[in-house]
Amino acid sequence: MTEATTALTNAPLPTAPGRVSITRTVLRNPLGLTALIILTLIILISVVAPFFAPHDPSEVKIDKILAPPSADYLLGGDGAGRDVFSRLIWAGQNTLLGALIAVTIALVLGSVAGLIAGYFGKAFDAAFSWASNILMALPAMIVLLALYQTLGGSVYSTMAVFGVMLSPGFFRLVRNQVIAVKNELYVDAARVSGLSDTRIISRHILRVVRSPIIIQTSVIAGIAIIIQSGLEFLGLGDPATPTWGGMLQDAFSNIYINPPGILWPGLIIAATVASLVLLGNAVRDGLQGPRAAAVRPRAVPQHPHGHTAAQGAIEALDADPGKAPLLRVKDIQVGYGNTENPITVVRGVSFDVAPGEIVGIVGESGSGKTQTAFSILGLLPRGGRVLSGSIQFRGRDITFAPESEMQKLRGRDIAYIPQEPMSNLDPSFTIGHQLVEPMQAVLKISKEEARKRALALLARVGIADPERTFRSYPHEISGGMAQRVLIAGAVSCEPKLLIADEPTTALDVTVQAEVLDLLRDLQSEMGMGIVMVTHNFGVVADLCDRVVVMQHGRVVETNDAETLFYAPAEPYTKSLLGATLDDAPPRPPLGQKFLSSSSKGQNHA
Amino acid sequence: MINFLARRLFAGVVLILVITTLAYALIYSSAGNAARNILGENATADDVAAKARELGLDRPLHEQYFDWFSNAIRGDLGVSWFTSEPVSALLANRLPVTLSMVILAVLVTAVISAILGVTAAVRGGWLDRLLQVVSVIGFSLPNFWVALVLVVIFAVAVPIFPATGYVPMSESLSGWFLALILPVIALVLGGIASAAQQIRGAVIDVLDMDYVRTLRARGLSSTSVLLRHVLRNAAPPALTVLSLQFIALLGGAVVIERVFAIPGMGTLTINSSFQGDVPALMGVVVALVILVVIVNLVIDLANGWINPKARLQ
Repeated sequence: MTEATTALTNAPLPTAPGRVSITRTVLRNPLGLTALIILTLIILISVVAPFFAPHDPSEVKIDKILAPPSADYLLGGDGAGRDVFSRLIWAGQNTLLGALIAVTIALVLGSVAGLIAGYFGKAFDAAFSWASNILMALPAMIVLLALYQTLGGSVYSTMAVFGVMLSPGFFRLVRNQVIAVKNELYVDAARVSGLSDTRIISRHILRVVRSPIIIQTSVIAGIAIIIQSGLEFLGLGDPATPTWGGMLQDAFSNIYINPPGILWPGLIIAATVASLVLLGNAVRDGLQGPRAAAVRPRAVPQHPHGHTAAQGAIEALDADPGKAPLLRVKDIQVGYGNTENPITVVRGVSFDVAPGEIVGIVGESGSGKTQTAFSILGLLPRGGRVLSGSIQFRGRDITFAPESEMQKLRGRDIAYIPQEPMSNLDPSFTIGHQLVEPMQAVLKISKEEARKRALALLARVGIADPERTFRSYPHEISGGMAQRVLIAGAVSCEPKLLIADEPTTALDVTVQAEVLDLLRDLQSEMGMGIVMVTHNFGVVADLCDRVVVMQHGRVVETNDAETLFYAPAEPYTKSLLGATLDDAPPRPPLGQKFLSSSSKGQNHA
Repeated sequence: MINFLARRLFAGVVLILVITTLAYALIYSSAGNAARNILGENATADDVAAKARELGLDRPLHEQYFDWFSNAIRGDLGVSWFTSEPVSALLANRLPVTLSMVILAVLVTAVISAILGVTAAVRGGWLDRLLQVVSVIGFSLPNFWVALVLVVIFAVAVPIFPATGYVPMSESLSGWFLALILPVIALVLGGIASAAQQIRGAVIDVLDMDYVRTLRARGLSSTSVLLRHVLRNAAPPALTVLSLQFIALLGGAVVIERVFAIPGMGTLTINSSFQGDVPALMGVVVALVILVVIVNLVIDLANGWINPKARLQ
């Protein structure tokens, strides 16, 4: 059962500081409210059982043995002629008390150990984590049974030990949260300003872990109730004391005579545990918002009105294919989130790319340039989609093309070079595999042929020992080499259009220039059109024929590279240029980067 | 890889030592009145003392432990105080029963939760929501209660399966399988949905990785990226989920064996626990810890094989 603790601990937990009122969050959630009411009722009735139960739990009436429900015995009689209804009520106390003991011990032990391990780290962390792993590695039920006699044959002391076994659930949670918070700037600030460790813990750290602890408590209480009932079902504890598990045991021994007997104790256990879990879920949902996975990437709705217009455009273009540009992006909007009210990140972007032309898309972070690039590939992240406008590739409208068609275009016609080289290689496969597999699929060539091509490509992109790199895993090569590998992969099927998303940003300055040279050479060899997404005017000046300047999801200016540098039309372009291309000598601390980019820019000019 | 394996093996041996020592100390420290338990209430104080001497309970705990340990590493776990059967023979009888049931349950969980989890990750929508609901229900229903309901349905109402009892695999393979259908259903129902949810999470994490987009940008179909790259990278967390499931199922098996009258480790544990059969209980603990270590070792090996980076760490 300890598995369930980890199961629910591993679920994404809210990290937001406990600013939201937890009570209000739960009350606003219908499921949470229902759970809260059921749970409160069960607890209340259990507490006031002596006043509430119509019969004494051990009162025996011979004529009521396994009797059906009647006015006297509302839910019938059990195997010994006792009132099932009264026993259910009385049993609540015992079961809930056992769960309370286990949860309290787990909570105190786990949280304190977690705070110490997370906050002071080192030896504490190592020792506690080790102990926690051991506790989690053991099946609780068997351990508790093995220790039952040692613990004096009492269910409560057994539950206390179970609390210890459950403590890793809190330990791991608190420890991880504390480690995450400890390095936050505000905690550093508190430390610098001379706050004591205890004050920091109570003021800053406990606030953050409060909500996750509430969620975890609800789950652990559920586990405790189930395990305790299981133990009692097996016959642990005093048979005279009514418990839900014990009642199930009685029902089990009469299962062939009175099958419905198992119903009520099982239902009340399930209702209590489900209420606890739903309550925890309500707290979690309230803190982290609705599940983000509701919207899926390829669930692209058909464009509501522009469809026929787009088709008209295709016909028009098909009529005169010679005039069609390689790529025409026309007034596209890209949005995220729900269908009725999407958040738009690209708001009407248009530009053309002629065959063999290099077009730069420039703009600050968040200007929508990468989103534009992804929408051309049809690979927007989860939840993103093109809302309106059209994307035409060689005269064909591909805006809402089905995935199967986009897949045929990708690799062979449109290729992609990513920004961050290391995260764009699959860590589990060799470089060679990642080059060969797509070539086989796209070019329909044999593995051997693809291998030869891959080795030649690796040599072409300037890798010194292609054989060795071919056999390497991504973590065994440098970032610069990884970017060369990705470039090799992108051009491996001789695409007509290459989309390069900041291909040099993540690289060392010295490597940047080499990679740009490589791109230029490959472009002139293969005659590809390139969409070069960048925020670096040095890259623009170095490579691009034309430039699209973007800001806030819109195109600010489109111009020849030369014109743009000499006579930018828009103030925003001027300010961007002013930030990089200054006549003043480069400033020393930022020198490297600006030296290489601005000097190249001037050479070009 | 050898190095990695050796370290894991060492950690496993340490775990076995720590747990058995701890268990010995706890279980034997209260064995003082075991002699009285065995002889019954009417035995004289002298008889009880003699019995305690016979069992070696009069000696200091660390001496008893040393004897037990030096015998244990030679495979001799002592004799049951009640049946005088060697504990190792008891375990050899019971372990295969429970293992065959739990392994079947793990396989069922693995297959179903992987299919559900991956589909929910890729498709989302109603399946995703259904998984959430079902995992709450599965978590809330005690597995022994599910077992009771199954007994009622299949033994009382619709007797198509044998509701209780066990048939060894060596006797009849089909009989063994039929006998385990209901216990395995009762065992896995609680865990499948939550395992599926965790697998779903692992797959979604990988689906959002940059390299998935890059591989698709190279012209690979989303299906082949999913089958080759996503599943492989999501496998390590999924395997960890399954190893935890295995441990949970071992614990769950105890109660399930009771309901279905299966003569496995669970029944042995329950009987030994109530009788205070200390050597048998120690045997259960030893067998269990070794099992846990083996499972973790297998998972580590599988992860090392899947993930080239893990081999180096």
